[in-house]
Amino acid sequence: MTTRAGLHILSIQELKTYFYSHQGVARAVDGVSFDLNQGEVLGVVGESGCGKSVTAQSIMQLVPDPPGKIVGGKILFHGKNLLDLPPKEFRKIRGSGIAMIFQEPMTSLNPVFTIGDQISEMFRIHKGFGKKQALSSAVEMLGRVQIPSPSKRVNEFPHQLSGGMRQRVMIAMALSCDPEILIADEPTTALDVTVQAQILDLMQTLKQEYNTAIQLITHDLGVIAEMTDRVVVMYAGQVVEEALTLDLFKNTLHPYTRCLLQSIPVLGKRTLNDRRELTEIKGMIPSLTDLPKGCRFNNRCPDTMDICRKQAPKLMGDGSGHKVRCWLHDRSQNHG
Amino acid sequence: MDKPLLRVDDLKVHFPIKKGFFGKTSGVVHAVDGVSFKLKKGETLGIVGESGCGKTTAGLAAMHLIRPSNGHVFWKGEDIGKMSPRKLRALRQKMQLIFQDPYSSLNPRMTIRQIINDPMDIHRVFTGKERKDRLNFLLDTVGLSPNAADRYPHEFSGGQRQRIGIARALALDPTLIIGDEPVSALDVSIQAQIINLLIRLKQSFDLSMIIISHDLAVVEYICDRIIVMYLGKIVESSDFSSLYANPRHPYTQTLLSAIPVPDPEKKTQRIILKGDLPSPINPPSGCRFHTRCPQRMAICETLEPEMKRFGSGHTAACHLYEN
Repeated sequence: MTTRAGLHILSIQELKTYFYSHQGVARAVDGVSFDLNQGEVLGVVGESGCGKSVTAQSIMQLVPDPPGKIVGGKILFHGKNLLDLPPKEFRKIRGSGIAMIFQEPMTSLNPVFTIGDQISEMFRIHKGFGKKQALSSAVEMLGRVQIPSPSKRVNEFPHQLSGGMRQRVMIAMALSCDPEILIADEPTTALDVTVQAQILDLMQTLKQEYNTAIQLITHDLGVIAEMTDRVVVMYAGQVVEEALTLDLFKNTLHPYTRCLLQSIPVLGKRTLNDRRELTEIKGMIPSLTDLPKGCRFNNRCPDTMDICRKQAPKLMGDGSGHKVRCWLHDRSQNHG
Repeated sequence: MDKPLLRVDDLKVHFPIKKGFFGKTSGVVHAVDGVSFKLKKGETLGIVGESGCGKTTAGLAAMHLIRPSNGHVFWKGEDIGKMSPRKLRALRQKMQLIFQDPYSSLNPRMTIRQIINDPMDIHRVFTGKERKDRLNFLLDTVGLSPNAADRYPHEFSGGQRQRIGIARALALDPTLIIGDEPVSALDVSIQAQIINLLIRLKQSFDLSMIIISHDLAVVEYICDRIIVMYLGKIVESSDFSSLYANPRHPYTQTLLSAIPVPDPEKKTQRIILKGDLPSPINPPSGCRFHTRCPQRMAICETLEPEMKRFGSGHTAACHLYEN
């Protein structure tokens, strides 16, 4: 790990974000570690409640407090722990160093300001531009994200735009200060497939143009396969597998990842007489306030062993960068 | 049995837009604009398309839950639109719906028992002693334990709620089930459970199904025949295998290419459409897809293409294939 340390622009170490409620403590993110390298697209995949969005919100320090609290770990941006920075200092990084786009573009844009106002705000706050200069920069950004007739559109309100257009505006806003890292939280989930294709295409073009590192959070393994270089798979607040994308699909190690891959219908795979039954993952996602003992996947796993119910496995690597949290692949211990 | 179970003929649903104090009609939303299809007994038909293409409205109008503005729906050869209210109500037993959102389609103040009993109470079937057995049978069929009956919807997860919705749809022993995005709101691992359940139920109850979804992979997996809709019209219709192997309409080709495939080694060439879906208030002239079509010709702007046959049961409406 130390050998590649120079490449990491973001390093998350043992991050713990808990939510405190009357039902108990929900350990939404429970000891998550991963690195983001310069210019790469890192996918974070998992089902609802696995902690993928809370991880992103923790990086941006957008976790609602109360009830949420980052209770442990480090978030190193260029080696500096963001959690130690005073709010005033961090505000300079949020937006210009690390930017984020959200799933629902309608709720993340302010309905009472024109999109021009909202994009120019970025330039005025982070770059100290005047009103006129900020607005012309906003028009330029709209052009970059391929919005037709940007000088007209800049005066429109969010409700006048379609879902795909709104997501383009979000991207324009996020990229306006040339961030080193873009966190995209389910950026295409609310969109139709043809519009999703447009947005994914745009993100790929912009990534090459700006050389931004992207952390792409999604539940869609198809999007992961097409967009990412490396993947982190999360389950119940923990990373269960981390690998290069190709490796993850070809040499799947964790039973959860394997089940997930076999549970999705794939276009063109079905033939007239053959309908491969989809693999079901039995049961449901455990409640974060009441996690099973031992491995968190043990009550749904097809390969559960005795040890899985007693002791929690650690995230182990084989040296090649493929890491997995599973007793099946733990060579350090003899368990029969 | 040579008559199809359900035949939909030139179905149109237009919603007037009312404006001002006197409710003057200022425009019309052409939600469904001339849709025809047949459903054979025991068949599963998929209707796919993007949001706003009219797939849900077409499904609801086929059950006459929305009065169509034009066109006819025939149930075993009989025109539903001409039936007396009493007869239509009796027929509704035979056609049941499964909804997309398992959170809003169950009444939070009713127990599971009340929810599943409700359709049987309304139609006065399975009364008396039979009722308890029926309820347990239904819960068992969808994979819930009998003690679920006295609990409330909020005590269940999304997947389990969808199972409750399915049990309610099965309560009256229907012939046809229409699922409106039945798995879209569910997580991937739960989605597989519900898809497998639907396929099993279809076989064991000899059901016919219409599955409305935006997810082509799901529809291809469940359905025998697929209809692709765009802006209120059918652009292509075919059995599941030839739609994927040999899509004819440029829109279908685009749709298929746009879906990300979970295989990092397979890099498909995506067709990227320009622009957004035009408004159904003022749909484009000629072929409705011509404003975004990558293979547009001059004729597409003026003349609406007719449905053309490509071998058994595969039809598409596109000028590319004229003569």
